[in-house]
Amino acid sequence: MKITRKEFLCIAGLAAAGAGAAKAVQTIGGADPAAPQASGAAKRWGMVIDFQKCRADRDCDDCLNACRAAHNVPDIPEREREVKWVWKERYEKVFPFQQTDYTRRAFEGHVLPILCNQCANPACVRVCPTAATWKREDGIVMMDWHRCIGCRYCMAACPYGSRSFNWSDPRPHIGKLTSEFPTRTKGVVEKCNFCEERLANGRVPACVEACRRKAIVFGDLNDEKSTVRQLLRARYSIQRTPELGTGPSVFYLI
Amino acid sequence: MRDRVPIAIGLLLFVSMVTFPVWHAAYAKTTAVGPRLKLPERQKACVAPVAFMRASHMKLLTDWREGAVRSDRLTYTAYDGKKYRVNLSSTCLGECHTNKKEFCDRCHQYAAVSGPYCWDCHVDPTSVARRTP
Repeated sequence: MKITRKEFLCIAGLAAAGAGAAKAVQTIGGADPAAPQASGAAKRWGMVIDFQKCRADRDCDDCLNACRAAHNVPDIPEREREVKWVWKERYEKVFPFQQTDYTRRAFEGHVLPILCNQCANPACVRVCPTAATWKREDGIVMMDWHRCIGCRYCMAACPYGSRSFNWSDPRPHIGKLTSEFPTRTKGVVEKCNFCEERLANGRVPACVEACRRKAIVFGDLNDEKSTVRQLLRARYSIQRTPELGTGPSVFYLI
Repeated sequence: MRDRVPIAIGLLLFVSMVTFPVWHAAYAKTTAVGPRLKLPERQKACVAPVAFMRASHMKLLTDWREGAVRSDRLTYTAYDGKKYRVNLSSTCLGECHTNKKEFCDRCHQYAAVSGPYCWDCHVDPTSVARRTP
């Protein structure tokens, strides 16, 4: 069969258009690189805090005390200089935009523990000029206190107030010093590290271990069979201001 | 021989100036002997040969630090194949150099090495009561 010049140009044009369209479809509908990877891939540590269990005992400070003891967190009375890893905050301040008149009436004044959200897209990491804070492959937003120059950009960037600055030597304010974990020094920013030093030894975070009501559950968010994923499937959960696009790894069961 | 006195004075001055370092050292009680260090009692060998540790322990500690904090390298395999936990407080001080004052500090003082600021944050385990794990 003989092909005319006109037919040849038609076929060539259609083929080119087809290839172009395929490329466009691939780009628009393709896999999102930020989406959770298939099982067997990297972990993403996450935490689930049960508000119902937690608010049953408002005076309980077990998780706070365990964290303080494990990480040499100073107890500084002046609020403007305090250092916080995990601390209690009033419900209406933790979830300011997720309220109705009735939830406000029901839960006002109730406290729940808050800590660094170990964001999937951490603002603090983007602004750190010395790479003293970075996101590990397991999702933990880690700090290298050796490298922190105390510029406090990360504190300005963090929308959750999870970072604290050491305005003075913290050692005089530490109740019982432990040699298992370093203290920090004047001029350094610090925050919750999801107990990475305990995870390295196969232990769960100190707050999880200390909670007598088992209100705090810890696990791998990328593992569908993990307890945290089971809880997130079974119960309704919220994050702190997720509309900022930070992707917190700490979830609250309501 | 009328200039006997000036010569004697000059000689005396010369000899005293030449021997000044000796007098000064004797008066300041400095000696050429190095610091007397208290060696670890429980362990016989360090993570690297003594000569290397003496000259380059600071480099090794920096490598340990970078590895442990930034690259998750928490175990160190020594030159003789023995494995150690990378931890300044627990491994170096806790298991070996339990007497920081008479080992680390004494030599640093002798060599007039100010700092280092490791101990502004890291805690000497013997200085605190051991916490039950």
